This record gives sequence, structure tokens and C-alpha cells, in this order.
Amino acid sequence: MSATSPTRRSLLPFALRMERRLESPRGLGALTTIGAVVVALLISAVIIWWQGGDPIDVYAHIVRSSLGSIGVVSDTLVKATPLIFTGLACSVAFRMRLWNIGAEGQLMMGAWGASAVVLVGWLPDGTASFIYLPLMLLAGLGMGGLWGGIAGWLRARFNVNEIITTLMLVYISQEWVKFWVFGPWSEGGFQMTERFPREAWLPRLTDHSDLVSDFAGLTVHLGFALAVVAAVAVWWFLNRTGKGYEIRLIGDNPRAARYAGIDIGRTIILVMLISGALAGLAGAAEVSGVVHRLQDNFSPGYGFTGIIVAFLARFNPLGVIVAAIAFGALILAGREIQPAGIPQMIQGVVLFCVIASDVFLRYRVRLVRR
Amino acid sequence: MTETTLAVEMRGIVKRFPGVVANDHVDFDVRVGEVHALLGENGAGKSTLMNILAGLYGADEGTIRVHDRVVKLHSPRDAIAVGLGMVHQHFTLVDSLTVTENILLGLDEPRFWMNLPLYEAKVESLAAKTGLAVDPAAKIWQLSVGEQQRVEILKMLYRGAEILIMDEPTAVLAPQEIDELFETLRGMTAAGASVVFISHKLDEVTRIADRVTVMRRGQVTAAGEPAAGKTKRDLAQLMVGREVLESIDKATVSPGQIVLEMTGVSATSDRGLRCLDAVDLRIRSGQIIGLAGVAGNGQSELAEVITGLRECTGSIKVNGQELANRPVAEAIDAGVAHVPEDRTGIGSAPNLSLTDNLIMKAYRSRPIGHGWSIDDSVARARAQELKDLYEVSAPSINTQARLLSGGNLQRLILAREISSEPGLMVAVQPTRGLDVGAIETVHKLLLEQREGGMAVLLISEDLDEILMLADRVAVIYEGRISRSIPVGEAEVGELGLMMTGSVTDATAGPTPRA
Repeated sequence: MSATSPTRRSLLPFALRMERRLESPRGLGALTTIGAVVVALLISAVIIWWQGGDPIDVYAHIVRSSLGSIGVVSDTLVKATPLIFTGLACSVAFRMRLWNIGAEGQLMMGAWGASAVVLVGWLPDGTASFIYLPLMLLAGLGMGGLWGGIAGWLRARFNVNEIITTLMLVYISQEWVKFWVFGPWSEGGFQMTERFPREAWLPRLTDHSDLVSDFAGLTVHLGFALAVVAAVAVWWFLNRTGKGYEIRLIGDNPRAARYAGIDIGRTIILVMLISGALAGLAGAAEVSGVVHRLQDNFSPGYGFTGIIVAFLARFNPLGVIVAAIAFGALILAGREIQPAGIPQMIQGVVLFCVIASDVFLRYRVRLVRR
Repeated sequence: MTETTLAVEMRGIVKRFPGVVANDHVDFDVRVGEVHALLGENGAGKSTLMNILAGLYGADEGTIRVHDRVVKLHSPRDAIAVGLGMVHQHFTLVDSLTVTENILLGLDEPRFWMNLPLYEAKVESLAAKTGLAVDPAAKIWQLSVGEQQRVEILKMLYRGAEILIMDEPTAVLAPQEIDELFETLRGMTAAGASVVFISHKLDEVTRIADRVTVMRRGQVTAAGEPAAGKTKRDLAQLMVGREVLESIDKATVSPGQIVLEMTGVSATSDRGLRCLDAVDLRIRSGQIIGLAGVAGNGQSELAEVITGLRECTGSIKVNGQELANRPVAEAIDAGVAHVPEDRTGIGSAPNLSLTDNLIMKAYRSRPIGHGWSIDDSVARARAQELKDLYEVSAPSINTQARLLSGGNLQRLILAREISSEPGLMVAVQPTRGLDVGAIETVHKLLLEQREGGMAVLLISEDLDEILMLADRVAVIYEGRISRSIPVGEAEVGELGLMMTGSVTDATAGPTPRA
């Protein structure tokens, strides 16, 4: 039986007919995404023009201010780093249709955990980097994992909707960080902690400008390399491990997964732990690599943008790197474009178009003459 | 109103689906004020015929008259406009809405302002008039299944239905509720309505029906005969039929040791009703036990308790290992293979590749699984090998499973299950919906496994299939399994009676269990 829509009376001499695709050609996903982004840019252009701007000018400016020189490329990669981590966090969970929308909260707790390593004062002054940094990253990973794991456990044990719990946990984590930066860790009453010692900073290219003079001023830090490694690791995990296979199987058909002997509850908890840990790394890398202290509102919603990044990459970990860099560029450009809402508008339109374009993956659209 | 006035007259109805003629020149009529039973096995074409009458399908050929006027039914709306209403087996109610809201759903009145009290009063008076007692303000989730069914009937009556088509209405009801339903139906027919009653259960048919029409393989085998003059045996024979079987070479295999031993296994269905009742069953290696029965008598649940998918009481041993209430993975490791009834919903992951679907039960162990990791090249080589061996026709092993035809998907599932080298295979309706070629492949594969020493539980509604493949046959009815008897001693009419709950055991004498 063919899946054709019922015919209706129409004024047009043509009818749109949607036919189920029997074959998915290779590369169709990437092609559709590119097409969707182009359409999104066209729609955004119309809005910019309507707002009295020159779209070409605006786009040129975005490209210039984010990719125009080695300096701004470095800045773009700095912005992309937390987005890769949160994008991966969302991709892992979304692959299983586990809607962890609280990567922001797991990021907050990760940042707090990494900060705590420095600020609780157990490590003596002058502790070496190779002790500080792994401990900070581990703490970030652990706190993020814990935060995700709570939602995972609630879902597995009591079937509590993870969309609600992960979002609620965001608010708790934000207040938690506020409490520490306003209270115990406040530096002179400001809503920030003292600056971390140099040993607790992730190395940046600019730190090595004495070796290569061109590195001067490049703030891209080790976190970016870690993020790329994490993306490859997540890809390998999803595509080349038994657990990854279980996640894909549960995501596609939970009943088949149960039939194949998979313990779905345990896998939910595991996935939320991994997802939370990845988002926690984003927070740890951000405070250790960029902010160098914990402060209120240090994240402009990297966790939420991670959701968009994951969708844009169609939950493919390697695609997340590309999508995160594109969004890093948009965030960077956003500081210079007026009205400032334009980059957010473009983000929204891009997400909308990419999600809508999914239909072309499943259906072939034909014009039929009446 | 005289007895002979026809409410509905269907003549020469033909409906073809790809590969099958579901209705082959079917004649069917319903008189005013009667309950007309439509009997037949699954796939006999009765649902298709009634869906045509309810406007869900269009017939390829034939005419439909309602009260002597030719009607063209393009949608359920057209059908209800001429007084034809269907109550489906699976209810179409919104749980969180009230009875009245559900009844009003989709109607043009009321338009914007609901004015519920007014309509609640209307529903209440309709309910009182027809004896379908139900609280119009109650939410659907608060009602029992029997009450929900009354709401479905009220929904149709509210829309002006005079001819009610009921698709296996008793399948979901408790005995007490069945009595109440029959009371209601008698009241309605006394008031001049007509009822088409689709069923497998001969007892019920002889209790409620005035006339009966039997269908088999798309054709009518008994047309509108008075139910009173029919014995259950006649009806069972008409329904199950007996055709000359294509001969199939069945090697003699002497059964080996006991592989599956179930004692006193009981379980409840998703609805919380008892669906398996103290089941005892034994299967030896090299033996196929055919379990005959009409769908919904506990077959799926039986397969689920053996494979660990459903909780139960009692004992299930496979090669001596206790498997009742153990995790599914344990049953898989113990060598239990499962060919599920629902190939797309349970047996496969539609959007994953053939490779991913083929390694579903093998990814944990070598050579595919190495601790945490999966050896992709081994998995793909294995998938390619199985695809070729079992002739799964698809462009490549990267093809998504949802693109396979029913027969190819079943080959894939069998390939996966057989290649796990199980000691016991539970095959549920393994050939349903397949074309002749695919059916032959499945039969051949099952017989090969038997010769290889596997124990096979073949759960099927198709008696011919069971008689052709099985060594012994048992019947499941309402969660109880009869003693199994050698296929040679089985008599079709008797089995038909047992499948429809008219007699409880095949032979009076003591037949030793398998």
C-alpha cells in the first residue's frame, strides 16, 4: 500500500505528493542539513532586510569577525569548546531518545566541581599543573555525571520524565553556584571567586608564545583538543561498542531492545551518567581554560545551545564538532552585530529549518499534475 | 417490521490487497432486527468485509445496499450517515475525557460552546433507553473495559447507527460483562436495530446469533444460515476447513531428551487479567509441538514467559535450567530463540541496518563482541554471510530493516535466531501475512531445525500449518493448554471445537504427554 495523502479539492493545477522513501542515498543527511542551513540563512536575510539591515553586509561581518583572522578563529574555537562537549552530551542521550535538556545544569555542577578542587584548599600552594588539571577535569566529570545520573536514576527507577527533572536540576545548580560565589567563595563581596593559580589553568597557545611567536594572543586552550578527542571517543563508543549498540537499539525500538535481552533501566542510568559527565567537562574546561575563576552567569547558555548543536549534527558526534564551531562563530559575531538579537534569531531559524528538513529524509516530495 | 426486511445487502464484494484476494465475490446480508454472526479464522476476510461496510476500505467490485438503496461509502462518515456504525476491537476513546466528551468528539454539534450539561442529559437518556448504563460525566480511565465498550456503542447510537458492526466484542470482556453485552444486544435488536457480530467463539455465536455466515480464505462457506439449526461441529468444520495439503517431506526424527519443561505456569496479561492458567508443557529435542488456538488466548504471553519477557508463577526449565522470572539475557544464553509474532514492533529495529538487526543476540559474545567493543568487520562479515545464506533480498547489509518486505524480514529474524544455535525455538505465527514462497521457506527452515535436534514450539492459528509440520499438537484456549496428541491422531473437527472452547480436551482416554 502506498502512503499517499487523501486527495482534496485544490485551486492549484498541481498537487504535492509525499512518498515514503524506500532508499536513503548516501550523504542525503549531510546534503539535507546544508540545504536547511542555506534556507535558514535566506529566511534570516529577509528578516534582517526587514529590520533595515543589509543581509550581505551582516553575513560578511559575521564571517569576518569569527573566521577573518587567525586571532578570531582562535576565539571561535574557544567559544566552540564548551559547545562541543554539551553537543556531545545531548547527542549521546538523544540517540536513545532520552531528552536530557539540562546539560546547562550539569555544566554548572562540573564547573563547580573543578573550582572546588582549587578552592577547598586541600592542595598546597604551588601544586603542579599535572596534579591540578586532571583532578579538576575529573571533578567536573564526576559532578556533571552525578547531576545527570540523578535524573537517569529517577527515570529508570520511578519513570519520572527526564525532561522535567533535568530542567529543574538546572535551576538548582544555578542557585548552588550562586550560593558559593556570593557566599563562602566570594572575593571581597563580588559575585565571583578569587582567580585560580596559574597551575590550575588549562594551557593556552598564547602561553607558549615564547616558543612560537605567532601564538601570541591566541587564547584557544587544551580544552578544545580534549573536546575533539571526546567527540571521536563518543563516536567510537556509539558505533563500536556493545553499550553503544544497545543505546542505538533502545533509541530505535525499546521493545526490540528488551527482546534482545538488554536491561533498559541500567542503560538509561549509564547514558545519563555519560551525558552529564560530558556536560560537566564543558564546565570544568570553561572555568579552567577561559574564566579562571567561578563566577555567576559564566555560561551564556552553552548547555542549551548544545541541544541545538546536537540536532544540527543529527546526533552524529563528529558532526557536533562542525556544528559547534559554526555556533561558536555566531556567538562571537553576536557581540558586534546590532541589534544584538540577530545571531540568536539566526540560531533559532537554523534549528527550525534543520528539524523541519527531517521530512525530506523520510519522504520524497513530488509535484503531480492534476 | 417483518423478519425478512433487509437492512444491508452486500453483493459480489471483491477486495484485493497486494498478493491476496481478501474478499472474493462475497455476498452478505443483514435483516432488520437480527443478530448476524460472521465467523472465520484470522485472515479469512471478515474484518476486511466489515471495514468495507464501515467505509474504511473501498471495495474493488460489488455493490452495497442499505435499506434497498445503493450506497457508495467513501469514509466512516458516509457509513454512519446511512446508519452503519462499527465498534472496533481496540477502542478509540480518549482516556482523559468524559463519556459525553468522547461521544461528542468529531461531531459538528456543539460548535464552540460545549454546554456539557445539556449533552450529558441527552447521553443519559439515550443510555437509559438502550439499557447501556454508564455515567455520562465519568472519565474514560475510570471505567471498566465493559463500560468502555458501552461508550463505544453509545457513540455509534448517538450518531444514529441502526446497524451495529461489532468486531470481536467479547475478546476483551469478562464472562459477566459478556452476559450484560448480550442483554444489551437483544434489547437493541428488539427495538429494531441490527447487529453484525464478528467472532471465533462458537458458544457465543450459538447463544446470541439468529443467523450465521462463515468465511474461509476470502470466500463464504456458509451464507446466512439459521444459527439454531447448526451444530458447533458443523460450524467448526466450515470455519477451519480441510484442504488437501501440499505434501512435504518430513524426515522421521526420534525425539531426544526433554528440552522445555513447564509446570503450573500462570501469568496475567497487560490488562491484569489471567491469561495463562496452570500451563504444563514439555518439548523434547527434535520435536515440533504445534500449539493451535485462536489469537488472544494466551499465545503471545506464553511465548513471553518462556523468553523472560513476562513475569509468571510456576516453573519453566530449559535443559534443566530454571528460567521463570529470569532476565531475558539469561534465556538467550540458555539457548532459547524467539521468533515473535510482531516482526516490526518487537523482532526488529526498523531504522537500524541489517547488520545491526542481525547481531542483536550475538553482539555480547565472541567473535563479534570483545569485552566492551564490537568487532565491526566480523559483524559485517557475519551479516553478509547470513544475508546470502538465508536469501534476505535487500540492496546491502547497510539497508534499513524497515525497507524489507514481510517475507524478507522474517527470513532475517529466522537467520538471526537460528544462527544463535538454540536448543529451543519459540515461533509465534511465523508465517502470518507472508506470501506462499516465504511460507515455504519458513516451513523448510523449521523442519531443518527439527532434524538438527532443536525443540520447536510452533504457535499458530493455521491448523493446516500445524498438521503439516508438528509432531504433536495441543490446543490453547483462554490460557489453558490441552494435553498434546500425536498429529496422526488429531481430528480437524475436534481441534476446531477445542480452539473455539466448545470441548476442553481432545481425547477422553489417558494420552501420555509428549
